[in-house]
Formats: sequence, structure tokens, C-alpha cells
Amino acid sequence: MKHIAIGILGAAALGLVASAASAATLDDVKAKGFIQCGVSTGLAGFSAPDDKGDWQGIDADFCRAVAAAVFGDGTKVKFTPLSAKERFTALQSGEVDILSRNTTWTINRDTALGLNFVGVTYYDGQGFMINAKKLPGVNSALQLSGAAVCVQSGTTTELNLADYFKSNKMEYNPVVFEKLEEVNAAYDAGRCDVYTTDQSGLYGIRLTLGSPADHVVLPEIISKEPLGPAVRQGDDQWYHIVKWTYFALLQAEELGITKANVEEMKTSDNPEIKRVLGQEPDTKIGTDLGVSNDWVVNIVKAVGNYGEMFERNVGSGSPLKIARGINALWTKGGLQYAPPIR
Amino acid sequence: MQEHDLSFVRVEMALAQSAPPSERGLGAWIRKNLIASTGDTILTIIGIVLVAMILPQVINWAFISAQWTGTDRTVCATVAQGGIQPDGWSGACWAFVNAKFGQFMFGRYPIDERWRPILVAILFVALLVPLLIPKVPRKGLNAILLFGALPVVAFILLVGGIFGLPLVETSLWGGLLVTLSLSFVGIAVSLPVGIVLALGRRSKMPIVKMLCIIFIETVRGIPLITVLFFASVMLPLFLPAGVSFDKFLRALIGVSLFAAAYMAEVIRGGLQAIPRGQYEGADSLGLGYWQKMGLIVMPQALKLVIPGIVNTFIGMFKDTSLVIVISMFDLLGVVKQNFSDANWATAQTARSGLVFAAFVFWLFCFGMSRYSMFTERRLDTGHKR
Repeated sequence: MKHIAIGILGAAALGLVASAASAATLDDVKAKGFIQCGVSTGLAGFSAPDDKGDWQGIDADFCRAVAAAVFGDGTKVKFTPLSAKERFTALQSGEVDILSRNTTWTINRDTALGLNFVGVTYYDGQGFMINAKKLPGVNSALQLSGAAVCVQSGTTTELNLADYFKSNKMEYNPVVFEKLEEVNAAYDAGRCDVYTTDQSGLYGIRLTLGSPADHVVLPEIISKEPLGPAVRQGDDQWYHIVKWTYFALLQAEELGITKANVEEMKTSDNPEIKRVLGQEPDTKIGTDLGVSNDWVVNIVKAVGNYGEMFERNVGSGSPLKIARGINALWTKGGLQYAPPIR
Repeated sequence: MQEHDLSFVRVEMALAQSAPPSERGLGAWIRKNLIASTGDTILTIIGIVLVAMILPQVINWAFISAQWTGTDRTVCATVAQGGIQPDGWSGACWAFVNAKFGQFMFGRYPIDERWRPILVAILFVALLVPLLIPKVPRKGLNAILLFGALPVVAFILLVGGIFGLPLVETSLWGGLLVTLSLSFVGIAVSLPVGIVLALGRRSKMPIVKMLCIIFIETVRGIPLITVLFFASVMLPLFLPAGVSFDKFLRALIGVSLFAAAYMAEVIRGGLQAIPRGQYEGADSLGLGYWQKMGLIVMPQALKLVIPGIVNTFIGMFKDTSLVIVISMFDLLGVVKQNFSDANWATAQTARSGLVFAAFVFWLFCFGMSRYSMFTERRLDTGHKR
């Protein structure tokens, strides 16, 4: 039995090595004419099918941005919905070229699992939602001592919750369920005062409640869940293209380049805008990366800048109405920061 | 000799009289079925109260208050929830089902190409219905077309890539299309393979017998979900980079083999119910093995196990939902996937979507079970009790 297990592991390791060695994802992608993008099986605002069955959301749009950078056409993407268990195998085995699936960046995934995270497209974290009618006057998680908290069992959410209350010397009464739907139903029926899960999820859940206006998402975030796209290790060129697509989205927002004004901005007098949009004579920024020099123009034309992407999918332009918060640019007090494109 | 004029012997038949009024009509039916005893009466009252409590609400939710058309969540949400309905409103959000109907049927199959699955469905119905009606002639030709020609035509139409049809990858398939194609292939494959396996397990040839037993017991010993999961998560790691089996094909093979193993045991049950005399009778007529089985044993055995066969079919039809673990989206999977669309996130969305999925599954399963009852009655010659 032990030998079989070792054999399987060995075969798995060989598979990993083989896929890691087959570098030049860019050539593969160009040969097949599209990018295969791994998304979630449905998470509001990140990757969810619209009425026509097209994938919408920040994660889906990020893949469109990479396609725009590579092909100059944001539609050259094929989406593969992946469950949480399948996602890493799918990337390792080459089934997808980018994993853009609300995946938390951790050291284990960045090293042992053979992934390379390119950045953080959404800073998430575990948060609390309360029923303001049942807990009037509460505006901080530190006032929740003695509350009944609905939580999904067997998740890191449950452990984070225990740590948080213990470290703040507060009592709480956990109301634990196996399935997310059960947690939702129990919270909506008033069996607990507080609901805890990733903050981005709380906004989606709030929409399905009987009276959403009564429920408030508290400002505290008790865990770090930096969500971002990842690629395979061992292909630096592809890694750079995906990473700088992310930075280009941020840079475009910082410079005020939007989907609407990108054509006018090409003739801007600002040297930095001209440089980013590839309008300088003899520029090699794009070609050094392995794409065309007007790659940023293509990206912004396809999906807009980071801010537009955010507002359209999870912010004010969507039913979720999530505030920018720490996902704002560094110039506006957030954490989103891009190294210079020059 | 006795004479016929004895006055106490009646020579003509008495005329049939109708039942007394107390045994006729609605009143008698109610007395017999609803209030025959104190216990019955109490149960009847409880039943009526329950129905009266539940039914109006269900009808109100599903029809009267329901919203049938709309473009986003506002039609299915109250003012407090950010919609247009009055506060306290509760009704089904059929607008959600309406807007997503194409996806529920075909998944992400390209909209311009959806005539292809529709055409396949029309062909399927046109071939299936005459096969199911006993009076329609040419059953043999019909069966060959349905089980031989249709799969080929359906494969070309659905997958495409030749004859100028654009290729549609199976990863884009979904909804009822996946549910029905998985179960049709599963049903069409499992019955013949199951028969062969059942015969093999009862065979006197040791190797054949052992292989059949090993296959049946292995497959029955592993949950379907494990095999699907293994095929989806582990298999790609063993294959060289770039080589990958189609996911849909993996699911198709998994589901078919599973159904075949269960089917084999159902049919073996039927074979064991056939008395030894039937086998010996066939032998004494000089029939060979396949003639004996095909003409004498199988027709009787299969007839006996129709309920079991249909049970397996219905179970498999519903098991297709398990393909969600390998990120293939059958009807239920697509419905649940669309709950994540923030444009339709309301308190009623999940309920309405699940009721719709349940209704579609029920339609198919109920149809299968009624048809099997009809077949049982038709084939029930000489065993009536």
C-alpha cells in the first residue's frame, strides 16, 4: 500500500515537473488563439454568469485584460469554472493559463503548490454583518460580546472567529452550520445576531435577505484574505505579462485614463501618460514584455482601468455596492499601488 | 328425471339491480373513504386542515404573487430590499427562470448555435415517441435509428467541427442538455452491458465469471462521486502536459459503467427468479446458449425486473447532478450557479430556481415511472392476481 502511495506521489511529482518544464505559455496561448482562464463556479461580483451565460466580475474581467494585452482583443478568453478543490490541479496540469478565482495568496501556495501569485486584485478579509434592529447602537465588532454568531463549520472562518473573540476577551455563542445556505437561512430567520464570513461575500448575502436595509456590515476585518490571480511557476515571461497587466490597470486609474477617454489620452502632453500608452517614439516597453507597445491602450479599451472594473462589478455600478475601502489607490488611502511603468 | 315445473326452481336469470342508494355516488364514496371510522374522520379533518393551511399560500406564492417577466432583481424585491414590490410581498421569481431559461436548457452553449441542440431534441422526440407507442409498426428500424443513427447525428450536430458547423466544446455544454445526454447514453449503454455482465456473472466459465464479479463488485464498492473526482483531479496529473481527455467524456464513461454494474445486479435478480425447468426445457429443445437466453430466459427475466430497471434509470437520471463535483453543470448545477449573479440576488431567487429544477426533474422521473407501469401491465400475461 505504501509503495502504491509513493508511486502515485512520484507520478504526480513527475506531472508537475513536466508541466513546469513546458514553459513559453505565451507561445502556447498565441498558437491556440485564446487564453484559458480558470474562474470560480459562481461568486457574485468576482465571476458569475450573466443572463447570456457570459462570465462577469472582477476575476473574469482580469482575464479579459490579459487577453487584451496579448491579442489586442479582450474577447479572446475561454473560461473554465473550477471548484475550490480542482483549481490548483487545473493550473499545474496546464488546463488553464491563469487562475483568476478569488484565491487567497499564501506562502504555501506560492511555494509548495507551484503557483506564482501576480498581485492582489481584491483585498478581502473576514468581516461581520449584524442585524441593526436587534443590536441597535453597535458600530464595531468590539461591542459584540455575548452575541450569537452564525458561522459555517470546518472553515478557517470559524477558527479566525474563535481567535478574535478570545484575544479580545469577549464571550460569544457560535451557531454553526455545515452548508452556506443553512447559515444564510438561519441568519435571515433571526437565529443569530451576527453573520461572519469574507467581507465581500457578506454584501452578496445581504441582497438575499428579507430586509437588507436592516443589516450593517461592520468595518472590522479580522483576517487577511488577499485575493489575486496566479500563474504556474517556471515561466517568467508569462508571469510578467500577467503581473504587469494588473499594474497597468492600476496605473491607468492613477493617471485618469478611462475606457471613454483612452483615445484622447494618447495625444496627451503628459509624458507619463504618453509613455504608459506606448506613444513615445522608439518605445520598447511593450515589446520587451512580449506584447505590442499599445498594450495598455488595449487593456483599458477592453475593461477600463482598475477603478472602473471595481465599480462596475462590485462597487456602485453593481447591486453589491461595496465601498473601495482598502482597495482604493495608494493616493487615496488604499493599498493598491503599482510600480512605475517606464 | 325431475320435472321443470317445480315452483321453487327459477328458470330465468334475475335482472341485475343497481346498488342501493346508500352504496352509490359521492356520499357513499365519502363515507367509505373518508369517514368510515372515528380514526378515519380525525385523519380526514387533519388532512383537510393541513391542505387548507398550505395550499392557498403555495398557489399565492407560485402563481398569484409571482413575477413572470423582468430584467433584473428589482421586480422580485420589495421596496425595502431595493426593488419595486410592496413591503411584505412574497412570490415566486419566475422572471429569474425566464431570463436564465436558455442557460438552464443549454448551459453556456453559444446562443447562435442553440438550434443544434434543439434540432437534436426534436429528432430524439420524433424517434422516441413512436418507439414507446406499441401500436406503431417497424419497431426494429425505429430502434436502430434511435440507438444507432441518432447518437452519431447528435454527436456531429452537438460537437460540430465538421460540415461547416463551428466546434462547440463540451465545457460549454450545460443544463438540461448535459442531464439528458448523460442519462440517455447511460441508459442506452447500461442495459446491454448490464445484461452481458449479469450473464457473465452466472456463467460457468471461471475467467469470465471472475472478471464480471470483479468489475461489478469494484464499481459498486466505490461511490460515483469518488470516481468522477478522481478522473477530474488526479487523472490530469498523470497524463503528459497538454494531453487531456474531455471532461464530459470522462463523466459519460463513469456514469455508464456505474449504471451498468447496478443494472447487472438487477438483471441477475431476474435471472435467478426463472425456474430451473425453463433452462432445462430450452436445453431439451436443443437450443444453444444464446438462443436459450435470448428466446426463453431473458424475455421472462427482464419482464420480472422492469420496476428494478426503471428504478436504476431514474436513480441514474438524478445522479447526473453529481457531475457538479467536476465542474460540469447539469440542470441543477446551472440553476445553482446562477444564484451567484448579483443582478438577480433576492430572497426569492434561490427558492424559485430550485422549485423550477425540481419540477423539471419530477416531469422526467414521473414520465419514466408511469411508462414503466404501462409496460408492466402490457407485458403482464398470465401472472395476474
